[in-house]
Amino acid sequence: MDVLLLSRLQFALTIGFHYIYPPMSIGLGLILVMMEGMYMKTGLEKYHNMTRFWVKVFGLIFAIGVATGIVMEFEFGTNWAVYSRYVGDVFGSALAAEGVFAFFLESGFLAILLFGWDKVSKKMHFISTILVAFGAHFSAVWIVVANSWQQTPAGHHIVGSGMDARAEIVDFWGMVFNPSTIDRLSHVIMGAWQAGAWLVISVSAYYLIKKKYQDFAKSSIKIALIVAVVASVMQLVTGHSSAVGVSENQPAKMAAMEGHYEESAPAPMYLFGWVDDKEQEVRFGIQIPGMLSWLITGDASAPITGLREFAPEDRPPVNIVFQTYHLMVAIGMVLILISLLGIFYWWQDTLFEKKWLLWIFVFAVLLPHIANQVGWIAAEVGRQPWIVYGLLRTSEAVSEAVSANMVVGSLVMFTLIYILLFAVFVYLLNEKIHHGPELAEEESLISGHRA
Amino acid sequence: MDLNIIWFILVGILFAGYAMLDGFDLGIGALHLFTKTDEERRLMINSIGPVWDGNEVWLVTGGGALFAAFPEAYATVFSGFYIAFMAFLLALIFRAVAIEFRSKQPMEWWRQMWDVGFAFGSVLAAFLLGVAMGNIAYGIPLNENYVFAGSFFDLLHPYTIITGITTVALFMMHGAIYGVLKTEGELHDKLRSWVQNTIIFFILSYAVTTVFTLLYVPHMASMIKAHPVLFVVPLVTILAIANIPREYTKNNDFRAFLSSSAAVISLLALFGLGVYPNMVYSFPYPEHSLTIYNAASSQKTLTIMLIIAGIGMPLVIGYTSSIYYIFRGKVKLTEESY
Repeated sequence: MDVLLLSRLQFALTIGFHYIYPPMSIGLGLILVMMEGMYMKTGLEKYHNMTRFWVKVFGLIFAIGVATGIVMEFEFGTNWAVYSRYVGDVFGSALAAEGVFAFFLESGFLAILLFGWDKVSKKMHFISTILVAFGAHFSAVWIVVANSWQQTPAGHHIVGSGMDARAEIVDFWGMVFNPSTIDRLSHVIMGAWQAGAWLVISVSAYYLIKKKYQDFAKSSIKIALIVAVVASVMQLVTGHSSAVGVSENQPAKMAAMEGHYEESAPAPMYLFGWVDDKEQEVRFGIQIPGMLSWLITGDASAPITGLREFAPEDRPPVNIVFQTYHLMVAIGMVLILISLLGIFYWWQDTLFEKKWLLWIFVFAVLLPHIANQVGWIAAEVGRQPWIVYGLLRTSEAVSEAVSANMVVGSLVMFTLIYILLFAVFVYLLNEKIHHGPELAEEESLISGHRA
Repeated sequence: MDLNIIWFILVGILFAGYAMLDGFDLGIGALHLFTKTDEERRLMINSIGPVWDGNEVWLVTGGGALFAAFPEAYATVFSGFYIAFMAFLLALIFRAVAIEFRSKQPMEWWRQMWDVGFAFGSVLAAFLLGVAMGNIAYGIPLNENYVFAGSFFDLLHPYTIITGITTVALFMMHGAIYGVLKTEGELHDKLRSWVQNTIIFFILSYAVTTVFTLLYVPHMASMIKAHPVLFVVPLVTILAIANIPREYTKNNDFRAFLSSSAAVISLLALFGLGVYPNMVYSFPYPEHSLTIYNAASSQKTLTIMLIIAGIGMPLVIGYTSSIYYIFRGKVKLTEESY
């Protein structure tokens, strides 16, 4: 295998693994603010217990997020040196802003969250929780700004040519608010809220099924369900708006998402299917004719740019984009359905008796993660063959000083470490869940289940 | 003073901040296996518990600032030092997760495994940082496109190994002094006795580095030769180191720590003066060197970044100091501890 393919695999592996953690920090950050906010408002010990328990889980997630995040920052330079030279002037300032405005805030105040319960006042602890949640959200802002600039470059001009060409900033805010930033950022944040919310829902549902820590679990699941339902419904809005933006700014990606080859023809929407790139058609699919045209333009007969309008070397790999995109949408729908069911039974006051639903909730923790991963695969593979859309090809962006053997070595290293890390993470999370929250004496006497 | 010089200094400050802060974390890690009981090891880890990941952010931000302000230097160094940086990442990952995972299980083998990971990661990270700095000082072969034209083994030669060892020694000394500041009782006395050994270790390796530098890397001294007033920088280093034993005899642990921090910062300043105006010195083709001008981003970006730093850095320094203030005093093991 060549150095390009290996570097792409390594980037995919390291970013995919890293992206398990930050969405949970972002979502859990919000939920911690809500839980501790309830504690501040009511003074009830159960909210205190909830915050303490979830803060510890947050700490574990955050530590792995930091450790795997540094890898990402290094990898731009190690594996994608030509890209780094090309985009540094534009991309670097967003990355530096991320460090200055987000990471310091998050890591600094996390110390107070974890170790500061007896060292600062309740109010100061609550403020720290808010700041950590802010920091987590800010970190998403700057990295999504940088990534969106790669998708829809704006606010820059190109200086030099050939090996010396690079993008330079002319309009900072034009770069920050490039055409896809807002849509993609809101889509990412809602996806992150779902990841955090479903972690809390899953663990709480497990406690409810096992009849442990009932009071704790009921209050936790209610807070998290509210976040889950809001985020999953909002995802319809942000997802729709993103798709409209993609069809406008990255028509080849949109066409790949629906396997739409024909030039200037109305486009259907597939519920599922299999793209045959050779025959340029979707097989075994069920489609709603004109649906894509209607969703994007409001007119079911409006033509949508097809893949044949692009030279073969300018098209992304179609089937990967099609499948990942459809899986993301399908999971999004399932998440809306089950979170609404949860809210409905909560309103009926029968949620905690619906064992079948609680079991679904236990395993639903995986759904937002799968959706986040495949959604990003659709977004990034859909951008190919460009690393910076329309400006720099991925094949031209790889480091010249790096050989295939070196990347094989590092790829093996990351694979082994990440398997180990993931195993240990799941083991420790599982232990923490089985150990349960530290409850005040009276409550544990009532439930009789103190671990 | 132009924007390029300002950013050379600011990137330097970020890396100096990293060396001063995460330096003692890595030093604590390097000394970790010399403590024997579980309680002592927990005290060691918890002495850096609330602050280590904030300290590591200085590296992340320094790297981001280098990427933004001097993308050519970032691209050349990170791709050129590929294997070394991958090993460095391995070290940092093990250090980070060892801290987090160790306390989660009581089994002896579990804790021993992460203790080794913590120590190994810390020593390797410190060593590789020193090797990287040694290479930047000594020079690396760059081609006409400023791309590294050597192999991994060109990066490991006696000079860079010495700078690597010197960095380990510096951080061990700094970590021991920090440990003394944060602990009490038996462990405090133990660490106190180690301070002396680590100072000797550091002074010896630093002396060898200096001799080697003057003999084989004379361009590192050219700036100071041209401006003798800059001799004040190495002088501060020597005085700061000499001040550490003096403060100890008077039981001024905090002042000893400040002296050690001053030594770390002045060493980084000395390094910066030696390298200036290059970012990456090309050896044997000095005409292919990356300087603070041909490696830099546009003036527009440097200006925007200066605004970001101007707003952000006072905030960062503000809350970093308040967090150190909140966690001041001797480390105590509580139920929240690692």
